[in-house]
Amino acid sequence: MEIVLAIGIGVLTSSGVWLILRPRTFQVILGLSLLSYAVNLFIYAMGRLKVDAPPIVGTGGVDPALYDDPLPQALVLTAIVISFAMTALLLVVLLASRGITGTDHVDGDDGE
Amino acid sequence: MTPWIDHLIVAPILLPLIAGAAILLLKDRRHLVRRGIAIGTAATLLVVAGLLVARVADAGFSGQPGTTAYQLGSWPAPFGIVLVLDWLSALMLMLTSILGLTSLIYATARWDRAGPRFHSLFLFQLMGLNGAFLTGDLFNLFVFFEVLLAASFALLLHGSGKARIKAALHYISINVATSLLFLIGAATIYGVTGTLNMADLAVRIPAIGGSDLAILQSGMAILGMAFLVKAGMWPLGFWLPRTYAAASPPVAALFAMLSKVGVYAVLRVYLLLLNGEVGWSANFGEEWLLFGGMATIAFGTVGVLAVRTLSRIAGYSLVISAGTLLAAVGAGQGAVLAGALFYLVSSTLAVGAFYLLIELVDRREASSDAAGAPVFDDEFSGLPDQVETEVRVAIPATMAILGSGFAFCALLIAGLPPLSGFIAKFVMIDGLLSLGETVAPTSWLLIGLIIGSGLATLVATTRAGIDLIWAPSDKPQPALRVAEAAPVALLLVICMGLMVLAAPTMRYMERTSQSLGDRQGYGRAVLGNPARPQPDTGR
Repeated sequence: MEIVLAIGIGVLTSSGVWLILRPRTFQVILGLSLLSYAVNLFIYAMGRLKVDAPPIVGTGGVDPALYDDPLPQALVLTAIVISFAMTALLLVVLLASRGITGTDHVDGDDGE
Repeated sequence: MTPWIDHLIVAPILLPLIAGAAILLLKDRRHLVRRGIAIGTAATLLVVAGLLVARVADAGFSGQPGTTAYQLGSWPAPFGIVLVLDWLSALMLMLTSILGLTSLIYATARWDRAGPRFHSLFLFQLMGLNGAFLTGDLFNLFVFFEVLLAASFALLLHGSGKARIKAALHYISINVATSLLFLIGAATIYGVTGTLNMADLAVRIPAIGGSDLAILQSGMAILGMAFLVKAGMWPLGFWLPRTYAAASPPVAALFAMLSKVGVYAVLRVYLLLLNGEVGWSANFGEEWLLFGGMATIAFGTVGVLAVRTLSRIAGYSLVISAGTLLAAVGAGQGAVLAGALFYLVSSTLAVGAFYLLIELVDRREASSDAAGAPVFDDEFSGLPDQVETEVRVAIPATMAILGSGFAFCALLIAGLPPLSGFIAKFVMIDGLLSLGETVAPTSWLLIGLIIGSGLATLVATTRAGIDLIWAPSDKPQPALRVAEAAPVALLLVICMGLMVLAAPTMRYMERTSQSLGDRQGYGRAVLGNPARPQPDTGR
């Protein structure tokens, strides 16, 4: 399972990095979205991968090894919300830029 | 210690949040009400910051620990969210509220009508800044970074126009990518240490060893990258001068504080977590800060000489000041750090005042600040240049006032005697010279760069000042409003105050620099002795 997740994060990250280096605004936004997916998976993996384990620890002398780490899940939730909001904001700026400059180049002109 | 003053710690976050949200509910026509609420909130924030500084100083100078932790919802520290008030955060709160209030007053003259929802965004920006300075754990630092960034994106776009939208597109993309770096760094650190609370991290990090060490170090390095992009270190800070030049003046003045958030994060995380006496964490990454900072000063020096417009000059002086601060953190502790903190306060206020002055001085030259066409339906179009309802006070000898204000700013930023910029640089250089038995070559280089950058700033500002103020112009004299002149004057008066009251201010800075490396004190305040509010059930 680790290797699958690692490859997944790697593919998302490399595609994302390639896309944010492209000259079109839409590609940049897609790249940032892909990167944020990769980062979210990465945060999740930092709580160690575990299957079929509840994230809530009961009272008394329990073995923490039987439980999943709840904190990264909370962190991922926050990170998802924030990156979603940022993407929405960036889309609005993209539209404004497209409307005002008449091109979707990130620098506002095609350099022709 | 009365309980109410403990609850005051959370006020710098709650107040602007509530007031900003309330302003959103008001209709656009209730402009004066919105403006009144915003200014009232900013003024209250200033009072709160003053009380908090007084509290830290009172406790600290009378021998008690100056650091206080405030546990939100009374959850105990490593698990719950904790706000920490200490010397540095109180100082930064004070600085934020001064700049916030003055730029807000400045904005009432003209700029707050150049776009919708300015007051709310401005208050949210203040909330993000205050939160970033107060928070005691890494993830909440990220959250508050995002709050202040989201507000800053919208504020940068305030006034609209082609230049701003272009700059904002770059600024947002860079900052979103940086936030992802921040998350990777924080997650890596969590993966190794199992905590994100800074006090807890300070306890655990020295004990990390073996194969985890390399992972933790890379996490720290990635986190550092995120901070340094925000601080504008070369070669990560190319975005800074252009972005800030595109922002409207009151926003740019507040942004002068924004780039200091990165420096604050470096100060906090580096000195608390990576500055132990023993183990791998002893001065990890010191040379990166030192050489990176020096390269930043050099880059800023070249930049400030190369550019011609005042707003770019202000942008590059921000780069220089960030570089000076980072290099001073890397170069050594003690007196150098105290001088650097003094420099932080003085240069932030001076650059803020400079950004506000630029538009006043530039007004007869440029029409470039005119707002562009509206993008959305509910947006105001254009900048209300001639507002009949506004009482315009034509101050006599406008150019004389502007000219002397400009000269003051230039002297402050360049660091010439007798103003506070000089005192700060003098303390830093004095500290560098007395670091060890012999002065290291890097210290000499840094001293040379600090002095050289001051000279370059002086040359650049003088050249621009002669062009703008002394050159004959057939255009009419710009009318100056009290609401525009007063904030600039206030900022300059505060800088003068720093100069006159240099001794007590320096004492505060020295205690701040000592407290920054004091892991035990910080850890005790956050983890050991739970501050109010105490849970009233049980026991």
